[in-house]
Amino acid sequence: MSACALRVFLQRAAVTRKAAHQTFSQTRAFPQCVTGSYTHSRGINTLTNSLRAEEKVTVHFLNRDGKRISVKALTGESLLDIVVNNDLDIDGFGACEGTLACSTCHLIFEEAVYKKLGRISDEEMDMLDLAYGLTDTSRLGCQVCLRKDLDGMILHVPDVISDARVDSEKESSTAPPKV
Amino acid sequence: MMTMITLMRGSVMKIHGLSSASRCLAAEGGVRGLSSSSGPRVCIVGGGPAGFYTAQQLLKARQDAAVDIYERLPVPFGLVRFGVAPDHPEVKNVINTFTQTAQHERCSFHGNVNVGKDVTIDELRQAYHAVVLSYGAEGNRSMGIPGEDLPGVFSAKDFVGWYNGLPSNKELHPDLSFETAVILGQGNVALDVARILLAPVEMLKETDITQNALEALAGSKVRRVLIVGRRGPLQIACTIKELREMVNLPNTRADMLPADFEGIAEALKDLPRPRKRLTELMMKAVKEGGDDKAEKCWGLRFFRSPVEVLAGADEKRAAGIRLALNKLEGSGESVRAEVTGQLEDVDCGLIISSIGYKSIPIDPAVPFDPRRAIVPNEMGRVQDTAGLYCSGWVKRGPTGVIATTMNDSFDTARVLIQDMEAGKLDLSVNKPGAQAITALLQTRGVRMVLFSQWEKINAEEEKRGKSLGKAREKLLDVDEMLKIAWS
Repeated sequence: MSACALRVFLQRAAVTRKAAHQTFSQTRAFPQCVTGSYTHSRGINTLTNSLRAEEKVTVHFLNRDGKRISVKALTGESLLDIVVNNDLDIDGFGACEGTLACSTCHLIFEEAVYKKLGRISDEEMDMLDLAYGLTDTSRLGCQVCLRKDLDGMILHVPDVISDARVDSEKESSTAPPKV
Repeated sequence: MMTMITLMRGSVMKIHGLSSASRCLAAEGGVRGLSSSSGPRVCIVGGGPAGFYTAQQLLKARQDAAVDIYERLPVPFGLVRFGVAPDHPEVKNVINTFTQTAQHERCSFHGNVNVGKDVTIDELRQAYHAVVLSYGAEGNRSMGIPGEDLPGVFSAKDFVGWYNGLPSNKELHPDLSFETAVILGQGNVALDVARILLAPVEMLKETDITQNALEALAGSKVRRVLIVGRRGPLQIACTIKELREMVNLPNTRADMLPADFEGIAEALKDLPRPRKRLTELMMKAVKEGGDDKAEKCWGLRFFRSPVEVLAGADEKRAAGIRLALNKLEGSGESVRAEVTGQLEDVDCGLIISSIGYKSIPIDPAVPFDPRRAIVPNEMGRVQDTAGLYCSGWVKRGPTGVIATTMNDSFDTARVLIQDMEAGKLDLSVNKPGAQAITALLQTRGVRMVLFSQWEKINAEEEKRGKSLGKAREKLLDVDEMLKIAWS
């Protein structure tokens, strides 16, 4: 079976970015590349888009286990889209499905690349503030969209807080929030 | 068809969610499909985020593992359903991934099973290779002050349960006919409660808030909410998103005490960015206050601890709260509140104590630390009890957001897998798993709710919600849930 047909068949259940229990609309700072609620399935779009090779860009994820995952993706996709569409093995990435309600798509950028990225909104900053291991070149992947000039960038997947490192009796001010 | 599926299963190397292939083959507690019956069988007690995330990681790490989730209520998802505020629907998106997990061919959800009462932990340990306790924190910390039991005083857990449709809180009937409400505690739960009390009804009427709560709030006379903490502004436990929502709440103004903020401006420059931004937002609220004409107001009050709930003249219900004023001793992370001897009385008719949830022991066979109110454990392995694990709030205490619980649950799952691989769990013994437990429950007259049956409840709630212009109308009655599940 050809890779293309296989991908179409393997159409992942569309990751519904609309809230599971959608209610009144509250404006959220979605990145420019994303418009409206995106419940369309990724399979067909990725297939037809993959035929337009010149819009492809390579990004490298440096995973928590030290392994580098290189991926070709399309300009306009958010970094969360890339992780999801390519089924990258990053535990717990994108829990809230790109709605700025968590910080699990936290990525660390190279300084030069970070400076080139679009403006960070208050809403993104608010959620980013809760991320473990926050750095000066951190962003939320769901808010950063791929552009041609980001070709070849290396994205560092930060460690997450884990049992062995936390003494719950003694929390630092950068620790995750209480509840 | 089968060859294609085998081909696909081979090519799906990494599972980010769970592949559509295995979802197509989802079976309900009956035929297990392609999974081996001699693989490890794991039982998870509790169908909230901890339970589901633990299950997810186990299923991913071992292609031969079968996982059964037992939940006391007929409905899954725990605090995602009953704790997250109705106006925070995005936070509930995790339900999508939990649903995928429940529908996985090697996973079975069993609702309406009360572990500790319908079946014991020992019985579960006999039927499974490993048991994971993920049952969270259903109790709450009490203030331990006189008058706490007077009408008009509620735990935040119960108040939140009331507007979120937790069956055991449906008869709460909080009296909202008083002007002032005082909330003790300044975490995100406290801010959620304040926001729900003061939000314009327009903001709530399309959410999944229960209809009776919506109607009660529409008729509410509460106009002023004070959120009280025993330490200072630099120790506030809430996060900036929730504080920003209060600052931006329509028709309300902030009512802060500048005296509470003495010395804070000077401390700003040395703070790490998250704490700095949070503090700056608070200071902005102190300075700007908000729309003077606003009929509703909210305020943070610092350095105050509750010492007594004061009854009204008729002695029948709460009419005020007596607060002790504190000063801070120590510095940095070990700042603590110490009494000064000064007292302050605040008139109020609604008092909500939001000082923490609390886990309770569910089975005498399980070790429990009453001081920390958790199951004693080492990295998720329950102390002195081979084959028993824990994840989530019952393991670490009732703090953290869903993502915190997610990472914690992944940790426990990894430890469990490690133990399997190191031979600490004897997988050579065949365990009967759900088959044995189902049979046992049947002899006890306990009937389970399968995931597909929850989906009937889900559909009914969405249908009822639609007719009211809401995301869903939750069923409040367990019997009604069961009737629909088993129809």
